[in-house]
Amino acid sequence: MTAGTFDAVAIGEERGERPWRRTMRRLTKRRAALVGLAVVAFFIALSILAPIVSPYDPLATNWAMVRKPPSMLHLFGTDEIGHDILARIIWGSRASLMAGIISVSLALAIGVPIGLLTGYVGGIVDATVMRLIDAMLAIPFLILAIALAAFLGPTLTNAMIAIGVSQMPIFVRLTRGQVLSVKHEEYVEAAYAVGNPARRIVLRHILPNIIPPLLVQATLATAAAIIAEASLSFLGLGQQPPDPSWGSMLNSAKNFMSQAPWMAIWPGLAISSLVMSLNLFGDGLRDALDPRGDS
Amino acid sequence: MTAFLLRRIALIVPTLFFVSVLIFGLQQLLPGDPALALAGENQDPAVIAYLHQKYHLDQPLPVRYALWVQGVLQGDLGESIRIKRPVFDLICEKLPVTGELALLALIVALAIGVPAGIIAAVKHNTAVDYAASMAALWGLSIPNFWLGILLILLFSVELGLLPASGFVGPGDSLKQNLLTLVMPAFVLGNAIAAVMMRHTRSAMLQVLSSDYVRTARAKGLGELRVILHHALRNALVPVVTLGALEFGQLLSGAVLTEQVFTIPGFGKLIVDAVFNRDYAVVQGVVLCTAMAYIALNLFADIAYVLINPRLRT
Amino acid sequence: MPRAYDLGMTMPRLVAATTLLLAAAFAAVEPNPATAGVLRIGLADDPDMLDPTLARTYTGRIVFAAMCDKLVDITPELDIAPQLATEWQWVDDNKGLVLKLRQGVKFQDGEPLDAAAVKFSIERHLNMPGSNRKAEISAVSAVEIIDDHTVKLVLKTPFAPLLAALSDRAGMIVSPKAAQAPGDFANHPVCAGPYKFVERVAQDRIVLDRFADYWNKDVVKFDRIVLTPIPDSTVRLANLQSGGLDMIERLAATDVETVRKDPRLRLSTITGLGYQSLSINLSNGARAKNPLGQDPRVREALELSIDRAALNEVVFNGLFQPGNQWVGPSNPFYVKSYPVPVRDVAKAKQLLAAAGAPNPQVTLMTTTVPETLRAAQVIQSMAAEAGFDIKIQATESGAAIQASVDGQFELYLNYWSGRTDPDGNLYNFVSCKAPPALNVARYCNLTVDEELDTARTAEDATSRLAHYAKVADHVLTDRPLIYLWHPTWLFAMSAKIAGFEPYPDGLIRPQGMTMQ
Repeated sequence: MTAGTFDAVAIGEERGERPWRRTMRRLTKRRAALVGLAVVAFFIALSILAPIVSPYDPLATNWAMVRKPPSMLHLFGTDEIGHDILARIIWGSRASLMAGIISVSLALAIGVPIGLLTGYVGGIVDATVMRLIDAMLAIPFLILAIALAAFLGPTLTNAMIAIGVSQMPIFVRLTRGQVLSVKHEEYVEAAYAVGNPARRIVLRHILPNIIPPLLVQATLATAAAIIAEASLSFLGLGQQPPDPSWGSMLNSAKNFMSQAPWMAIWPGLAISSLVMSLNLFGDGLRDALDPRGDS
Repeated sequence: MTAFLLRRIALIVPTLFFVSVLIFGLQQLLPGDPALALAGENQDPAVIAYLHQKYHLDQPLPVRYALWVQGVLQGDLGESIRIKRPVFDLICEKLPVTGELALLALIVALAIGVPAGIIAAVKHNTAVDYAASMAALWGLSIPNFWLGILLILLFSVELGLLPASGFVGPGDSLKQNLLTLVMPAFVLGNAIAAVMMRHTRSAMLQVLSSDYVRTARAKGLGELRVILHHALRNALVPVVTLGALEFGQLLSGAVLTEQVFTIPGFGKLIVDAVFNRDYAVVQGVVLCTAMAYIALNLFADIAYVLINPRLRT
Repeated sequence: MPRAYDLGMTMPRLVAATTLLLAAAFAAVEPNPATAGVLRIGLADDPDMLDPTLARTYTGRIVFAAMCDKLVDITPELDIAPQLATEWQWVDDNKGLVLKLRQGVKFQDGEPLDAAAVKFSIERHLNMPGSNRKAEISAVSAVEIIDDHTVKLVLKTPFAPLLAALSDRAGMIVSPKAAQAPGDFANHPVCAGPYKFVERVAQDRIVLDRFADYWNKDVVKFDRIVLTPIPDSTVRLANLQSGGLDMIERLAATDVETVRKDPRLRLSTITGLGYQSLSINLSNGARAKNPLGQDPRVREALELSIDRAALNEVVFNGLFQPGNQWVGPSNPFYVKSYPVPVRDVAKAKQLLAAAGAPNPQVTLMTTTVPETLRAAQVIQSMAAEAGFDIKIQATESGAAIQASVDGQFELYLNYWSGRTDPDGNLYNFVSCKAPPALNVARYCNLTVDEELDTARTAEDATSRLAHYAKVADHVLTDRPLIYLWHPTWLFAMSAKIAGFEPYPDGLIRPQGMTMQ
């Protein structure tokens, strides 16, 4: 993303249309983005309604029903301990969605304030912080996440923290870049000249302008975080059995691909549809927010 | 220009310092005495004490850090406690492997992502756009360890077309080398393809609405020629520089791909070393990859500035 | 807007053409060329250092089985058989072991294997800093050369498990010339086994070539052995199925049916020497202060709530061996008066009620190995029926070892790969003098220690068994460990391989193996 692409306020005011209104209008025209949003909403609803919708307790085991194919009794089949897979998919949506949402929220909560601060303050603070951020970006994301998750211990919470911390540098960079590009805009300099305190300038004038690209990146980062949780499960970190998560279900299923393929198909479909939808929605959002994009 | 370059290079030093502190800290703070993890099954107290003494594990952290940095500056990255080989040798052995995998993956990513991006841009907002986007996004949406195992079962076990895992060096047999890397490069490149597609698409969209393309069309040139000769050439520049920056992503993805396909590269080396508490290996390899990443960034920055004179400050 | 036929038709055509070309190219190549005379083995993980004195992992022993001969070997029935030593005799009231060495044996570098080399190797095992063998043969105080082909090991006290120790890495003889050469021996190992070291690429392969002057060369048929570590069991099997490997070790129990149904593959199994157990924190710190750690009735209830047969059935397809002692039911040192208990939930509930703890809350620590986790979940739900509220805490292995040493656990599901001699499976886990990292329960019973020490010095197997029976009286009632099962070694190989004989130690001995 190049700086200067999102002068939403300036152009919108030129056209006499509120920026959010314009974004929504464009968004509704991109059908792929809407489908994506609908799928995401579906999974969110599923995770909230899990206790009502799930046919079984996801932790209930049954020795007689180990690795049974889909049937009327178990619509998605059973896994290697006898759990019902449909129940685990429904309940597992909570873990996967949380992995995505909470880690990105953590990344935003840490990254955006830091980015705002260093972008606005500049100077030696900016230089030092950015070197630290560069250092974090120089370490491959998954290595950082593995080291953090191993350090903290293999649980879902720690995986979320690890992924969140690993994603934080990108938000710092993005925020800082946006701050730098609007810092010298006339309306900001005017606000400063009038005597507004720095905090007000940042919160009132700068932050609203940088929300759009942050929103796009956050959506895409959520998708990446869900995949990262699955990857950490593969390595033995992240959500541990018997608690269900799609990533750990895939991890168990990978050793039964030929004997019990249904164990892998459902979590695989679940993850890919959720992540694909997030990606489609994020891309659609980016297009809708692009001030040039009216066609 | 020289001032710009010098300033950029000078900034590398503090960054590398932070990298070294970060990775050293993360490694040494991993729970559990490394000597216990490395002492093996018998857990002989005498062996544990010996490991403490030989590898300075009983010293305080700052001392260990200083010892390590001192070694690094002298070219000694330490040794793998587990198999008793110098880390530097291991890096030299593994770097070309991951390098080749990353290069092939990048080719796959470009081969899938760039055409998809072009089609999506040209057929903007139609069903073809969505189809092309989805085809490229698919790679980002599937955990690559799962895809890898699926491919192994299909192409190796069922069809017998490709070796299931492992690696053969290009020196030993170029044919076998490429065969062993087909599936891993595809799995790895798939994920990056989406990023390539996005960049290509937005760059193409930007270029297609620009003046000189309009001029080319007005001149009556065929559409294909306009797209390939005029638009693509200009759109590819930022795409390729961004490709260099995807190196970090490639390495992350390589970690998992190498685990699944048992490819003896950097990724596998690091993951195993983290779990085995072979900390010298982790520190050395991460330092190496960080330097490569920083170098690539520098190259991309320079290339970008050279191509776009307006950005020089 | 561009016209449909310009772009829409060209691109798909290009893609289709390229795909077809590539497919044709690949169809013409053979993906897994096998070379005659080469045996390709898939290992379950990467071995560590290839130095018998320093080596620490189980998988390394598989490499040594082909590369380094030892003073004695075991038979599948766990008797001691000659290898580099042809005869041996206990002297001096069992405080000395005289070994007669085989004549005409050479090291892989051409040097002769004589008494001096044996003395050098044993002393290396005892004295080298960081040696992992020292604890195994610490009873040896000196090595005397009687003549060119006879050595005498002088012991401080009699030590019955010595011969068993000499059948493993502690008995491996290395070439003094190579050991004294500069550089780490692990990078250029030279022993006296059927195959000599050629090269090793870490995490990729270990290549061994046939040693032409091996003393038993007539039974050695393969020209070369290539060992490849492939940690994922599915991928390891996939390599075997697609012809990329000739043999794999530690097949997953759940893949046995696949191998049985495949006419190109063959299965070979044998009960192993190791065991999986629940270690209970009896007195290792504050976390021992709970009903499970303090009251033997609670521990008995836990054992009675577990159905070992069902556990074996669910997790291992019935292939492993349920057990309740440190050796398996078919082992000569099994104490027959304590058979494997049958599940009894009613009695378990009674015991818990009597102990005043009807619903004990226990944290079960395990590593993140998938099969172990599965077993833990089964145990959790079985014990729940008796009233136990078990919470599973999956811990990364490095952290788990530390936690077990520090006593940061209540119940720990852990594994011991097993030793030939029962002492190797028992002493270090229940003795007061055991290493803290192994006796994590911190069990200490002086009577048991006495019996263990006497068993080490006893004359013959019968009297040793009597002592172990007395140990069982205490250990199986106090329950510092609840033994659950003994893993079965599962080997899958190409049906063309003949002459493979599985041993209880799970190692692959190339002598006698051929490809048809």
